[in-house]
Amino acid sequence: MSNKNHNEVSYLEYQGKHKGLLGWILSTDHKRIGILYLISLMIFLTVGITFGLLMRLELLTPGKTIMDPQTYNAIFTLHGVIMIFLFVVPGLPAVFGNFFLPILIGAKDVAFPKWNLTSWYLYVIGGLLAIISILLPGGPTDTGWTFYIPYSVRTGTNVTFALFAAFILGFSSILTGLNFITTVHRLRAPGMTWFKMPLSIWSFYSTAWIQILATPIIGITLLLVAFERFFKVGLFDPALGGDPVLYQHLFWIYSHPAVYIMILPAMGVVSEIIPVFARRTIFGYNFIAMSSVAIALFGSLVWAHHMFTAGMSDTSQLIFSLLTMIVAIPSAIKVFNWVATLYKGSIDLQVPLLYVLAFIFQFTIGGLTGVMQGVLSIDIHVHDTSFIVAHFHYVMFGGTGFGFFAALHYWFPKMFGRMYNKKLAERTFWGVFVGFNVLYFPMFIMGWLGMPRRYYDYLPEYQIYHAISTIGSWILVPAIFLMFGYLVYSAFKGVKVTEKNTWGGETLEWQIDTPPIHENFIEIPTVTEKPYEYKSNDLVTQLSEAK
Amino acid sequence: MSSSEHTVSHIHRDDIASRMGMWLFLFTELLLFGGMFILYSVYRYNNPDAFHLAAKELNTIIGTFNTAILLTSSLTMALSITAIQRNNKSLSIFFQLITVVLALAFMVNKYFEWGAKFHHGIYPGSDTLLAKPSGEVLFFGLYYVMTGLHGLHVVIGVGLILLMTYYTAKDVITHDNYMKLESAGLYWHLVDIIWIFLFPLFYLIT
Repeated sequence: MSNKNHNEVSYLEYQGKHKGLLGWILSTDHKRIGILYLISLMIFLTVGITFGLLMRLELLTPGKTIMDPQTYNAIFTLHGVIMIFLFVVPGLPAVFGNFFLPILIGAKDVAFPKWNLTSWYLYVIGGLLAIISILLPGGPTDTGWTFYIPYSVRTGTNVTFALFAAFILGFSSILTGLNFITTVHRLRAPGMTWFKMPLSIWSFYSTAWIQILATPIIGITLLLVAFERFFKVGLFDPALGGDPVLYQHLFWIYSHPAVYIMILPAMGVVSEIIPVFARRTIFGYNFIAMSSVAIALFGSLVWAHHMFTAGMSDTSQLIFSLLTMIVAIPSAIKVFNWVATLYKGSIDLQVPLLYVLAFIFQFTIGGLTGVMQGVLSIDIHVHDTSFIVAHFHYVMFGGTGFGFFAALHYWFPKMFGRMYNKKLAERTFWGVFVGFNVLYFPMFIMGWLGMPRRYYDYLPEYQIYHAISTIGSWILVPAIFLMFGYLVYSAFKGVKVTEKNTWGGETLEWQIDTPPIHENFIEIPTVTEKPYEYKSNDLVTQLSEAK
Repeated sequence: MSSSEHTVSHIHRDDIASRMGMWLFLFTELLLFGGMFILYSVYRYNNPDAFHLAAKELNTIIGTFNTAILLTSSLTMALSITAIQRNNKSLSIFFQLITVVLALAFMVNKYFEWGAKFHHGIYPGSDTLLAKPSGEVLFFGLYYVMTGLHGLHVVIGVGLILLMTYYTAKDVITHDNYMKLESAGLYWHLVDIIWIFLFPLFYLIT
């Protein structure tokens, strides 16, 4: 049985065909690819955060603070492009989906491991292109991440590189989606029926469908903008007879569903973490599962609410306004079910749950202000103000970002076989939470009062809000960097964890070795129960049973 | 050390998964072209007369000829798969090569067709074209972008089929393991079906 020993080595120590670094960057092991994604995402996130910090610093005072207007335009564009295309869109699926989706459904890998690795390479190439666009002469893109026509055709900056970067990143996203759908259909362990899947799988699965169906549209749209710049095709350029509003439609046909690509996986993680730390079966499993599908479905039909002020018939406005409100229903169903799960649970307030609670708080604010903008009369007033910026960041950062941090703290011991300092993590959480709200909440107020988004300069009466917001960024950013610091430190030097079940979870990842062996399972498990069947509320029983 | 037992996917062959993956990829291709079909519909609706005039400038005979070529190539592609299923390797290779020849013939026609347009000064950004009404600029913009991207798919298809021919010759594709060839076939039929929509939209509806 010497063979067996070899099988049981953790994925971190496993020696395949290649050694050292090559053993990582040529590995088709979904866990190693997940870690590769994690490292690259953290790098780009750090860059994106730095740009955000600089932006806030510039806005501290009216007029020039530290940079000229052109630099400011470039910086908010890069902040957007990097955060959207290189962090939140790949975000949870690329890191935690890759690492845990196969394990959670009891599989040894995804359906197409080689394509999985290809998707990471495409991601890196896309990221490099984005960076090249910053460094080349011509200057970094200054169009905003939306590349609105006609400015994106007229500007002399390196828009083309940024467009191709987004195009290639789209391919990467499509490959991940394609892989996840096929994996969920084909590789579920025996007995794991659709309604015995963990809820994060429902989220990843719904997300994957949006990735596949929406991403090609942005691909062709961005390609057409590049053609427009090179060949003057005229399809969007009003000077040649094209229609710039049509560009906006095509852009948002992808980019609105894309925000559900961003938020759905985070919702999945929340549904995963809450029952574990409430030691209760999730409330309303079927409703949460189906609401993911409903969000994917309705979320694809609301894109035109980004263009209520861009010129549209009253009928279309009413229809899209209605659909926008409908899509809030499945999101609300999730929130109510999460809260109902916590009710009368034996709550163990660990760091992952803290992030999840912050998620629910901030997502609710972000979600409800989103519904407000769906109301036509209100949208006219708040359109293109920092109210939108606040709403977007409450959902994408307060939601997805916090979901990402929650997942990181929840699965960290399983991924690395080591534990971070919980006290330090808890204190850092408060820094992140307070910093976040101080940074973004004033934007609601000044946006409501009329502060336009993306402006370099502003009237003096807005300065108080800008100043508070900038101070928030001075709390938030150090806290996040502190988090990165202790997580990186703990991944190498943290206290070793060998127990299988760190938190007393019932899903499959907690039944296997820590860190997982190369093939996850020595024997593919047979699933007989739903994922969150807490027969006893007692943690000790849970842990000893798991062992 | 390098014992081959490991990467599971290498032991388990799952043809259904491969087929599913391929179909999902084809959805993305359809949606990619779908974006352009939306543009076509909107601009046609807005500029019916200009589209009518511009379409008259396209050569319906070459278009028809190319349609026949591409449809035939889809047939030969399907035949090559049937041949390998019946364990007739050389016949399968023969049909794959015929498919490639037909695809190249399609591209040669396309070359002459585009060349003639360029000769008359009709290409994106040209002065002749920009002097025309904006509806015609849009028509030719769409014409070049859509048939151009389709042509790119034909070229990729040629490369793909040649790779399959190599695999068939090397017995990677055999009568009981022909999923790769089938996927290439599915891709080729997609290229065909997109042309079936492009042809009437640009050449027939005038």
